[in-house]
Amino acid sequence: MKDLKKSLLELLRKTSSELPADVQKALQKGTRAEPDNSRGQYAMRVIQENIQIACDTSLPLCQDTGMITFYIHAPVGFDQIAFMKEAKKGVAEATKIGYLRQNSVDSLTGFNSGTNLGPGTPVFHFDQWKKKSVEVKLILKGGGCENVSAQYSLPDNRLSAGRDLDGVQKCLLDAVLQAQGKGCGPGILGVCIGGDRATGYEHAKIQLLRKLDDAAEDPSLEKLERHIVEMANRLGIGPMGFGGKTTLLGVKASRLNRLPASFFVSISYMCWAYRRQGVELDSKGSIKKWLY
Amino acid sequence: MKLEIPFTEEKMRALHVGDQVEISGILYTGRDAVHKYLHEGGKLPFSLKDQIIYHCGPVVIKEKGGWKVTAAGPTTSIREEPYQAEIIEKFGIRGVIGKGGMGLKTLKACEQYGCIYLHAVGGAAQVLARAIKKVRGVYLLEKFGGPEAIWELEVENFSAIVTMDAHGKSLHEEVLTASRNRLKELLSLPEFKL
Ligand code: SF4
Repeated sequence: MKDLKKSLLELLRKTSSELPADVQKALQKGTRAEPDNSRGQYAMRVIQENIQIACDTSLPLCQDTGMITFYIHAPVGFDQIAFMKEAKKGVAEATKIGYLRQNSVDSLTGFNSGTNLGPGTPVFHFDQWKKKSVEVKLILKGGGCENVSAQYSLPDNRLSAGRDLDGVQKCLLDAVLQAQGKGCGPGILGVCIGGDRATGYEHAKIQLLRKLDDAAEDPSLEKLERHIVEMANRLGIGPMGFGGKTTLLGVKASRLNRLPASFFVSISYMCWAYRRQGVELDSKGSIKKWLY
Repeated sequence: MKLEIPFTEEKMRALHVGDQVEISGILYTGRDAVHKYLHEGGKLPFSLKDQIIYHCGPVVIKEKGGWKVTAAGPTTSIREEPYQAEIIEKFGIRGVIGKGGMGLKTLKACEQYGCIYLHAVGGAAQVLARAIKKVRGVYLLEKFGGPEAIWELEVENFSAIVTMDAHGKSLHEEVLTASRNRLKELLSLPEFKL
């Protein structure tokens, strides 16, 4: 895969400076929903202008270029070690060019590696599949929205939330309420019901790979997704928490089996700067197709 | 409306929650390291009296012997809550720009000393960087590194909304209370039972 590094560099550039079409469409709809001359409309207009400049100049949409997380699907026998080596080179180069901010800090000393490389950064998730092709998806998720992500353990007395979908609904709305504007809304919730504390959060974040215009296959999850968007958008929190109509752009819910004794609801809150992109690679590692 | 340098107490007291302002003049960036430093008695080679502090860790590059800001959105302000009130009082700061709002202690200091909190649009790194016309100087760069240093920025029509004013009002408190009450109502509606 001699072209791999070049392709990943291009993936990083595009992800950091352009939002996928489904996200742009949802933001446009949100902009139209805000009344004229309102604070919500003001925030949405600034967001729109920002999207345009970043796209025209290949500069980062937001200065927090986030946790760099790769999701890779590859055939059996694919060399993961070689992939990670090339990807790390690509990340360091993207940082040098300025597609990415220097964003990897030693948790004990505060030392910034300056390259985005270090223990735990970037993040790789590998899966095998039966297909012959290699698919690489990327999410850049910043600290503001990560900090308002949340995990609940049901039953929850404070929320009077039991171990059922009604209880789950209360958790999701509480997370939106607590976040207010701090996660740079309008936001998107990736949700996992069940799993353990680790897999719950992981699975919640993976839901952010779904497109905004799809819906969960399971009818009760689909209903949950619709409810939460509708209710959240009636809370009046609005863009940036300035007050207004558009609080959430979407909810992507999923479920995992759990232990009888635990019932977690994990929420990955994503900001409006919903940077997700993906590519299908050919055998040389060149980009064959963009996925979003 | 326009807000131009000098940032006097009178101008700040004339502003109210919800006002959208275009700021022209000078901003000083300052985030976690700077606030901690000032709180611990650190000294500055210039005066912050009647100035505005911007909670921001910009991306700055060297260009033709000077500096250029390529991304400059606000960072979350609440982390400075333990220090902000004291810094407003001690240095005579007239404005704080950031995102997400701040707490009661800062709100009280704003009222008492004639300061306001302005909310820039989070994530709008490019729009806000374009309002920066010139980097006039940088302080504590060696000590804290690029994102945490104090950058003295000349801005033109830097856009933000007043969300905490010098009259004890906070938009963040208002929206939180209203949305909490609204949620209670929504949860009691039969159409949203699952
Ligand atoms: S939450 Fe998102 S938009 Fe806001 S500062 Fe962080 S990365 Fe940027």
